Amino acid sequence: MSDNTMLEVRDIRRDYELPGGLFKPKKTVHAVKGVSFKLERGKTLAIVGESGCGKSTLARMITFIDEPTGGDLLIDGTKVDTRPGHLTKDMRQKVQIVFQNPYGSLNPRQKIGDVLGEPLAINTDMPASERRERANQMLTKVGLGPEHYNRYPHMFSGGQRQRIAIARALMLNPKLLVLDEPVSALDLSVQAQVLNLLADLQDEFGLTYVFISHDLSVVRYIADEVMVMYFGEAVEHGTREEVFSDPKHDYTRTLFAATPRADVESIRARIASKKAAAAAA
Amino acid sequence: MALLQIDNLTVQFETATGWFKAVDGVSISVEKAEVLAIVGESGSGKSVAMLAVMGLLPWTAKITADRMLFEGRDIQNISATERRALIGKDIAMIFQEPVASLNPCFTVGFQIEEVLRVHLRLDKKARRARAIDLFCQVGLPNPEERLNSFPHQMSGGQCQRVMIAIAIACSPKLLIADEPTTALDVTIQKQILDLIMDLQAKNGMGLIMITHDMGVVAETADRVVVQYKGKKMEEADVLSLFENPRSNYTKALLAALPENATGDRLTTVSDFFDGNPEPAPSAGTNGVNA
Repeated sequence: MSDNTMLEVRDIRRDYELPGGLFKPKKTVHAVKGVSFKLERGKTLAIVGESGCGKSTLARMITFIDEPTGGDLLIDGTKVDTRPGHLTKDMRQKVQIVFQNPYGSLNPRQKIGDVLGEPLAINTDMPASERRERANQMLTKVGLGPEHYNRYPHMFSGGQRQRIAIARALMLNPKLLVLDEPVSALDLSVQAQVLNLLADLQDEFGLTYVFISHDLSVVRYIADEVMVMYFGEAVEHGTREEVFSDPKHDYTRTLFAATPRADVESIRARIASKKAAAAAA
Repeated sequence: MALLQIDNLTVQFETATGWFKAVDGVSISVEKAEVLAIVGESGSGKSVAMLAVMGLLPWTAKITADRMLFEGRDIQNISATERRALIGKDIAMIFQEPVASLNPCFTVGFQIEEVLRVHLRLDKKARRARAIDLFCQVGLPNPEERLNSFPHQMSGGQCQRVMIAIAIACSPKLLIADEPTTALDVTIQKQILDLIMDLQAKNGMGLIMITHDMGVVAETADRVVVQYKGKKMEEADVLSLFENPRSNYTKALLAALPENATGDRLTTVSDFFDGNPEPAPSAGTNGVNA
């Protein structure tokens, strides 16, 4: 089983030091307070929690953007030396990230073709013609076309931009993809297309996803495993069925209770209770 | 008599390629104490239609309507002074970005008391008391202290509560909530929705809830209007909309909900129109930019 583990995190921590002022003492914020989990190859782990609970900090540590202040990070069975300057190119290629806001994560002055070619130019010594060919292939894979190669980000809709961001993340054939709220900024109909695309790509490339979201209906659809975070700690972790059918922690239950229900029975119940209240008044 | 009645509202903006119809012949009416939800994706004109009612659109917008009545009174051709007396008092609005819609230079106490001073002409003492009372109603802890806070010192959920307090300060007859919970966490969203619905039931306000979230619609609305690209696709009461949607676009929207997924794939909107990206609207189409 051990060789099937794609990502293992052991007691990982991240503290941020807030500088003190003349009258203000220094302060340490514990953003992530010792989180551990294992994730198998080809599976999807969803991390759920409210803003400020440390889920994005965790994503930044897994993708080497932030250095953990404690704990170990094992990717594909190898312990990662996360100190600045000690990361191997090989390791960088294995892990990629897609950010929440497709409007902010693409350079407005860079053509889409260059956006997709840049990871190859930096990490490999592939000739330009081959980079171009690979970029065009990837555009087709994510549902765009070669005709989009020379366009700028502002010429695309939100859903198309998120496709471009996903394509850019996939250019280096990563094993692990971290998706930080990839569909939160998108409309319902576009959200469905992007989620379908992610499912197709996972099948095709055997990708492992760490999917960060606060939308439980999306999580229920896409995840194999669910981890709930609350104030920097993982308060619940289990398979999707376990967490959704039998939530253990109070916060998870609060989260479920707060999610709006869109099925006919709950609407009927709400209307009935409203009528009863109106009759009583 | 309906509280708000709009017939055949059209809002156009001039662009380099001609007039763009953001809202195209939409008719909406809200009764007293009724909750109407307007659903649609971004660019469907749901916010623009309500901004036109409030008179908050820039002068570049061309607004035409057969009728725009609030309590039987025409609000389309009233003077700016009359409009200022009406907006904020009888019709109030809550905006999407709570932090951005409060003025960062003034305390929230000043901003809520400003409304009470302008519309109700209360004296200083009465303003203070009313502000504290309103902050209690919207569930802000320590209202006396909170009045002296600046918006940046509060969280997004607290700022939205302040916005709601300002909106209900003059007991409006109609409250327009433009995506009031989109920027908030799901647990905070629940609290804010409960708060708005409580106030609506208690004060008997008419409420227009603009949203793109079908879950929010299911939890709040009596009646629903579905908009797509500036046109009204469907209007129905909430139960029949979810049980038995008539328009293809509504069917597609409901099928795209992840909780309604059948099998491995989600149905997308274009699946419903057989590769044709436009749903067939009830009336003829005119040039709407994609």
